[in-house]
Amino acid sequence: MNRKHVLDLDDFTADEINLVFENADAMKEILSRPIKRVPTLRGLTVVNMFYEASTRTRVSFELAAKNLSADVVNITSSGSSVVKGESLVDTIITLQALGADAIVIRHPEAGAPYLVARHLRGSVVNAGDGCHAHPTQALLDSYTIRERFGFVSGLKVVIVGDILHSRVARSNVWCLSKLGAEVVLVGPPTLLPPTGNGQSSRLGLPPVQQSYDLDSVLPGADVIMALRLQKERQQSGLLPSMREYVQLYQINRTRLSKANPRVLLMHPGPINEGIELAPDVAYGPQSVVADQVTNGVAIRMSLLYLLLGERGGGA
Amino acid sequence: MRLLIRGGRIIDPANSADDTGDLLVVDDRIAAISFEEGRTGSWNADTILDAGGCIVCPGFVDLHCHLREPGQEEKEDIASGTAAAARGGFTTVCAMANTKPVADSLSTVNYILQAAAERGSVRVRPIAAITRGLGGSELTEMGELARAGVVGFSDDGKPVANSLVMRHALEYSRLVARPIIQHSEDPDLAQGGVMNEGAVSSRLGLKGMPAAAEVAMVARDLALAELTGGWLHVAHVSAAESVELIRRAKQKGIHVTAEVTPHHLVLTEEWVAGERGRWERGFPYDTNTKVNPPLRTAADTRALIEGLRDGTIDAIATDHAPHASSDKECEYGYAAFGISGFETALGLLMELVRQGELDLGLMVDRLTIGPARAFGVSAGSLSVGATADVTIFDLDREWVVEAREMASKGKNTPLLGLDLRGKVVATLVAGHPVYVADGYRAREISPLEAI
Repeated sequence: MNRKHVLDLDDFTADEINLVFENADAMKEILSRPIKRVPTLRGLTVVNMFYEASTRTRVSFELAAKNLSADVVNITSSGSSVVKGESLVDTIITLQALGADAIVIRHPEAGAPYLVARHLRGSVVNAGDGCHAHPTQALLDSYTIRERFGFVSGLKVVIVGDILHSRVARSNVWCLSKLGAEVVLVGPPTLLPPTGNGQSSRLGLPPVQQSYDLDSVLPGADVIMALRLQKERQQSGLLPSMREYVQLYQINRTRLSKANPRVLLMHPGPINEGIELAPDVAYGPQSVVADQVTNGVAIRMSLLYLLLGERGGGA
Repeated sequence: MRLLIRGGRIIDPANSADDTGDLLVVDDRIAAISFEEGRTGSWNADTILDAGGCIVCPGFVDLHCHLREPGQEEKEDIASGTAAAARGGFTTVCAMANTKPVADSLSTVNYILQAAAERGSVRVRPIAAITRGLGGSELTEMGELARAGVVGFSDDGKPVANSLVMRHALEYSRLVARPIIQHSEDPDLAQGGVMNEGAVSSRLGLKGMPAAAEVAMVARDLALAELTGGWLHVAHVSAAESVELIRRAKQKGIHVTAEVTPHHLVLTEEWVAGERGRWERGFPYDTNTKVNPPLRTAADTRALIEGLRDGTIDAIATDHAPHASSDKECEYGYAAFGISGFETALGLLMELVRQGELDLGLMVDRLTIGPARAFGVSAGSLSVGATADVTIFDLDREWVVEAREMASKGKNTPLLGLDLRGKVVATLVAGHPVYVADGYRAREISPLEAI
């Protein structure tokens, strides 16, 4: 793969995405072994910088790097000089001097990984930046779809929830569009990207269908992806009430039955059970939420290998 | 002291002049002007400035800048800010009130006037705050401040959100005959926004400020100006619909004036994504593109240019907003708003002139007599007897915007590293050179042998 960083999927080709998937297949094979470890990245240091709380993504990246025998250092905002007011650039310069070969960064501000990439000689992987992008999540989502259906192209994927603030939705729009899926974004008007005058641009997101009416778009859906709804959206006036949101947009058994019989139910986690997903469907037979988590490790191993593999000591 | 500026193309919109000619400055005044070849051979001069191939025009007048002194001298001070203004061809600059302390009292305004007299390269005309401490509630002592010499009143950086306070300010503008300069923004609609709301903000995941936040406030203020008969000046117009509202208000006879910045005329929101027009692609999330009001769309820039052409917009103003590198070398959301604008204004505007979007004479008008008339400042012309504030620029001089070359402490411009065409080569204030470009002095200024 001819790239140094993974900051967004907007500049990925379908071929590159498929290369990541093919490598992930090999990584899944490694993950099925009793000793899930290969020496590929021996001697390299991967720094996980998490400026936002995260369990699954952080652990997933940590396991991915360790399975490839990299040395892993974890930095979280509460335990670092972030609280002392040290700037991100200063932190990066310090980590560079300490020998970081790659930085995995999660940050509350959109674009922060680009700032890191400009100051680091090594690779940067975006583990989620503000409302902008979460490329590894989108890759593992499409990988999970591909695993179940054998392909992604032509499938109808309905993404429902707080699209406006969702980096997962944005990265999925890029990834799924590039792979040829039909994407429908569903949510209340206050939680969809603005579509007023002059909103189309060659520099915008890929054009996809938007709808306020979940029930009308469910027929024919092959995948339903529900997004986490932050409770503060109601406090900031974007929603009249959670109760109404549940009525209009919660995925429950009745709604699942309107989609294709083979429909996959996905969620990037952590789930607010009883809000975006009814408790009985969250881990029901259609749910692939657990597969998403497992595949996340394989996808991240694949990316780290593709970015750093040639520099590692154990190829 | 007699200075002859010879052979330049003299553009003086105040006197409808645009022709090759000679300009004689005696001491601090324009003494004579001639468009007849050879006539000036009889003029005695101590120094000749050869302006052949250059434009000679009145010194530029900037209705809107931030000199940061007192209180934020790490970003800029009156010496560095006015040196940057001189490099940009500006001979009169109106300094915004959001200093620390705020310019809301006689003592701070007097401090600025005194510091400018001592350390300023160009004329500084202070703007005082509309409300005490920019707090948005209590009016400043506008009568007293006007007598002290402020050219207008503004809480710039913040809008006067309260409609009743704005009404009272506009009523008081009738007493003081000074404009109420509004930073037009509905604070709730724009809250938390860091760029224009639209397709690019959606893609980048940055919170947008909709054009409607500006338009709504312009509409409210025009209604209040009509109600009160007060004088509204709309600062840094950025949205197409604002231009249309101001156009209609002027037709109705409402007392409104308006300005637009070079960056809102030329740059668009695409710059935030790293797309930079004719220049090579930059990186996304360049914090030097973060400015309030935000860079908007190509359709907005077209409407702004049209507003400039038809006189809806009276003046080009820089909104020079210098910042320290630490204010910008950070995450986009955390970065300060503002573009350092004095030194790139002409080069940026020349993009429009070369594209045929803006007539050269009109550009000079909106940099000189346009702003001077808008605020009732005595400047902006080369009339015989006028103070000799003169700017000489080379239309074709190519240069690269380099941080180390800038006189401003604020290197925060999205044009860093990019090539511009068109550069000021000399700036005179009261007949005295306050800036002469490298190479120009050595080559062009020479003592005159007796004729």
